[in-house]
Amino acid sequence: MVGQNFLEKNLKVIFPLPAVLFVVMMMIFPVAYTIMLSFTGWNLTAADSFRFTGLRSFTRVFEEPRFLEALFRTFSFTFLAVTAETLIGVALALILHRKFFGKGLVKTLLLLPLVATPVAIGIVWNLFYDPNIGLLNYLLTALGLPTGEWVYAADSVLPSLAIVDVWQWTPMITLICLAGLAGLSSEPYESARVDGANNAQILFRITLPMLTPTILTAMILRSVDALKTFDIIYAMTGGGPGYASETLNIMAFKYSFEYFRMGQASVILVALFVVVLGFSLGIMKLRDWADK
Amino acid sequence: MRPTLLSRLLFGAMIVLIVVPMVFPFLWMLLSSFKTQVDIISWPPKLFFSPTLVNYVKVFSEQDFLQYFSNSALVGTVSILASLILGLPAAYSIARYKQKKLSVLILLARLMPGIAFLMPWYIIFSRLGLMDSYLALILSHMLITLPVVVWIMSTYFDAIPIEMEESAMVDGAPRQKAFWMIILPLSGPGIVTATTLSFIFSWNNFMFSQVLSMEKTKTLPIAIYNFVSYAEVDWGGVMAAAVAIIAPAIILTMIFQKYVVQGLTMGAVKG
Repeated sequence: MVGQNFLEKNLKVIFPLPAVLFVVMMMIFPVAYTIMLSFTGWNLTAADSFRFTGLRSFTRVFEEPRFLEALFRTFSFTFLAVTAETLIGVALALILHRKFFGKGLVKTLLLLPLVATPVAIGIVWNLFYDPNIGLLNYLLTALGLPTGEWVYAADSVLPSLAIVDVWQWTPMITLICLAGLAGLSSEPYESARVDGANNAQILFRITLPMLTPTILTAMILRSVDALKTFDIIYAMTGGGPGYASETLNIMAFKYSFEYFRMGQASVILVALFVVVLGFSLGIMKLRDWADK
Repeated sequence: MRPTLLSRLLFGAMIVLIVVPMVFPFLWMLLSSFKTQVDIISWPPKLFFSPTLVNYVKVFSEQDFLQYFSNSALVGTVSILASLILGLPAAYSIARYKQKKLSVLILLARLMPGIAFLMPWYIIFSRLGLMDSYLALILSHMLITLPVVVWIMSTYFDAIPIEMEESAMVDGAPRQKAFWMIILPLSGPGIVTATTLSFIFSWNNFMFSQVLSMEKTKTLPIAIYNFVSYAEVDWGGVMAAAVAIIAPAIILTMIFQKYVVQGLTMGAVKG
């Protein structure tokens, strides 16, 4: 029983150890390696290019307008998508938060976009968006509205991609808010009714303020994922037309696996870490501060 | 105050307005998968047509679709099993010893963009001769599934009263035995939640396989993507393939609906 004793005494180290080793091997080490590579000018297709060049890869990448545009696009895509998802998602939750015939079915349907394979969804939307055979332009024509080029034109591609993201992920916000609404205490409502408050007052003075922490959490979760959106953009446009829908993620992917400029790709990846981690940390600090 | 007929009708109309856009892409995908190429590219788009199975026959016979299907299932299953083996004890330890830093470390994997690891993996796995191997693919998918397991299970263990183990430990059982004999048997629902969600995430993953797998280990999302990267898109084939890849995820979700909802909203509500 010596082994059992030893195990029990050191349980808090032994139990998590395999998982920690795995994460270190598969995540921490690769990230450290990426950071190291960002100080090289390594190009897989050029022999003997693995040399430390200090900050040269950084200046190379940062001087490219393509990088700054991708950075800006990453944020604007996220802003567009998450704003729309929050507005629609919260509204849906408020509508669906009551008993009605078929509620169970509606909640099941809400889940479907969330679990559907993004690549497949992106391709289905490409068929909708197709200017020649797509249903969307047909419907617009039938309604007498102007048609669009959607993902096939530079000026409309980003909002069109955001629409797909909104279609797929709005239910996430709705589900989280529905769970939040179910957990609200009924006391404030009862006293508001006694005081004769109307529905609008109840919504804006009680429900929404009490739901705000939940809404914020849902927005954070969504933003972190939206900043990293890859599948639908890569499958639907590959970053095009031109570079018109190239976000940092897509740009890093192309630099790594199409141009094999590993040094510069690492710089873009480091920028992406900073964006995602900086965003998450900033939000967490902001929330701690707001809690006080 | 009973709602009037009019307000009920309005509410019903609103529900329809919500549901239709949500479901429509699935219906259109399903419909198109039974159309011939001529019917798909005809203008105006056809709602009525004579359905054909030709797309499904083509997808399942010409392509190695079944191979991709079983690759996806294999990679998902093995990476989840391995994640449960690594993740359950870690989650227990995080929950009982309040190891906050540890949970942050593992959640970092959930936060970081996948491509941040993919590029170094590509270099390392190439050097080790592990490109297009199941091992490389499973290890990469474990970085998706392990954080899901740890996240969901540590929350779940946290909610189990500590008295459950303590009563066994008073009887002389060591803690690890209490974990094995008492806590794990109580954790069925949590494990179902974690398994379902991680399987769906692994099933849907595109980026890792796109880089790490070639012909042998190719998974379904890559197969469907390759359909469209050819010069002329075979829309019917693509739609049939899309149905074939989305259907298992949806069926799984319908069976384990309660668990999927729990997993997706877990932790978010507490703020």
